[in-house]
Amino acid sequence: MQPIDIIKSTFVPLPMENIDTDQIIPARFLKATTREGFGKNLFRDWRYENDDESTPRPHFILNNPAYEGQILVAGKNFGCGSSREHAAWSILDYGFRVVVSSFFADIFKNNALNNGVIPVTVSESFLHIILEQPETATLTINLGEQSITIDNTTQKENFEISSYKKTCLLNGYDDIDYLLSLKKEILEFEEARL
Amino acid sequence: MPKTLFEKIWDKHVVKTMEDGPSVLYIDKHLIHEVTSPQAFKGIENRGLKVFRPQQVVATADHNVPTLNQHLPIKDELSRLQVQQLTENCKKHDIVLYGLGHPFQGIVHVIGPELGITQPGMTIVCGDSHTSTHGAFGSIAFGIGTSEVEMVFASQCLLQSKPKLMRINIEGTLDKGIVSKDIILYIIAQITTGGATGYAVEFAGSAIRDLSMEARMTICNMSIEMGARCGLIAPDEKTFEYIKGRQFAPSLQQWDKKLGEWKELYSDESAAFDKELTILAGAIEPMITYGTNPGLGISVNGHIPVTDTIMDEGERRNIVKALEYMGLKSGNSLLGMPVQHVFIGSCTNSRIEDLRLVASVVKGKRKSDHVEVMIVPGSQQVAAQVKAEGLDRIFEAAGFTIRQAGCSACLGMNEDKIPAGEYCISTSNRNFEGRQGAGARTLLASPLTAAAAALTGVVSDVREFIQ
Ligand code: SF4
Repeated sequence: MQPIDIIKSTFVPLPMENIDTDQIIPARFLKATTREGFGKNLFRDWRYENDDESTPRPHFILNNPAYEGQILVAGKNFGCGSSREHAAWSILDYGFRVVVSSFFADIFKNNALNNGVIPVTVSESFLHIILEQPETATLTINLGEQSITIDNTTQKENFEISSYKKTCLLNGYDDIDYLLSLKKEILEFEEARL
Repeated sequence: MPKTLFEKIWDKHVVKTMEDGPSVLYIDKHLIHEVTSPQAFKGIENRGLKVFRPQQVVATADHNVPTLNQHLPIKDELSRLQVQQLTENCKKHDIVLYGLGHPFQGIVHVIGPELGITQPGMTIVCGDSHTSTHGAFGSIAFGIGTSEVEMVFASQCLLQSKPKLMRINIEGTLDKGIVSKDIILYIIAQITTGGATGYAVEFAGSAIRDLSMEARMTICNMSIEMGARCGLIAPDEKTFEYIKGRQFAPSLQQWDKKLGEWKELYSDESAAFDKELTILAGAIEPMITYGTNPGLGISVNGHIPVTDTIMDEGERRNIVKALEYMGLKSGNSLLGMPVQHVFIGSCTNSRIEDLRLVASVVKGKRKSDHVEVMIVPGSQQVAAQVKAEGLDRIFEAAGFTIRQAGCSACLGMNEDKIPAGEYCISTSNRNFEGRQGAGARTLLASPLTAAAAALTGVVSDVREFIQ
């Protein structure tokens, strides 16, 4: 996992609520056995009229060259539905490192954190303010400080993240390294249960 | 100190708790399938590891398998490779696999309980969000992502923060024609798809205790659709009776000891919940969804909300968008609306009781000519039972197609899909855009409501078909 600390970037707004993981990556693209290459199928059915990529839907935000950046800003209850981690992989592979929303579904949040994508939960009102910004506006996410700022404005908010997860992200560690270091405790736990 | 059911199980599985951080939770059973496991196997292999506790892992192939001619090689190349990969991985890591052709194969959440693998007091995980199903036995069961599958492979543990606790009491008795699917669709319509996010939800009350084990599974199955980490129900005599004698149930020698432990699994009288609500079973009618998330449901004889009257802007926009996708109109009733497909299957409603319910409505009758009806048993064992009870003859006489076990048209991944623009009454759990195939329009309902639609070809109130 790539360490991550401060991200300053323009953002892509997707102001819809309840965006489920079937939209993020439809099931028919889950047949791969590796983690790579999912970015091209991110929001596949919202991006293209049909499967051969020949007819992009011009109104969909990812097809609008005016919007780009490492930050995706979405409406509440982002990532609900299926547990497919492919959703987080496709977001990362497309180039996003941060998703901002006023509410995240549980499993998606974990999956994002496990892949070095920061789910930043902001208040409903702050989300509105972000969405009103022009496409040239940039946001700064400072993980160490746990803050999100709309650059060149006074708008700033703090967000929560478990201190364990924060340390992992800042250093690029993952949970498996930690769990493996607990081998002795796990064996003792098993022993005691018998 | 009084404890909730959830806490009793949780506390027994905590290996260690980090200060201001998650707990290390020990996992008793890990179920895997072909779609969410390959990257996890690769992950541990890249670290030079083997699966730590292979005897606690059970595998099956379900999401990506065809439901016709399962004895032949899978036609779609990517699907075939994915299933092959699972076979190789299981072999390499000494994991039991109930793959295609095995008499135990089936949807992972159907076979776990059916084989007696799922037991009270356990922690159970699977790389699939509907793992919550297993909570019907009084276990902590939840879906995980592939990185977490890898963690469990590596250590038989997961890092988890303790969720908040909610109890939903359903009191009273259900009217005729109303089943557990209606209860859970009703609850989700009330509290919305994010209403239980961050919570473990215990379902309790007299209406829950009256339900069979299979009906309870339907409720817990869909608890993820209101965002819950997991759903659970305290085990009782019905639970113990269900498990007894199954393939992997505790042996006779162990039975009494286990039973003693299981009988302790209930929420103590004064145990505290962060949130509690009560629902009256008598108020529930047959439910059906009109939108593109499982929370957008109404009673079958009700009306789609009038969008102009919805105050919350986000919600209004959402519903307008959903209706546009669904080709439906604000304020309309769904009764009498033609559907082209009926899908009876998925981990929500593909067990033998579900199929018996369907048979009870369609026996001696014939489906409407305007509708295709697909019945997909949840497992090979359910399929065998269907035959043994002669339900297959009822379905065939009704003009239904019976398929082989798998997830089938629940998720638009395998060959079974609903064509774009067409309507499908489905007993599955998700009506998201494109869930059953690009452009497909899904109306979620109970097996009874699905059976009624199969006969009439239109959305119908099943209460008119039962005495
Ligand atoms: S039947 Fe549907 S919901 Fe259930 S495990 Fe399969 S794909 Fe998931």
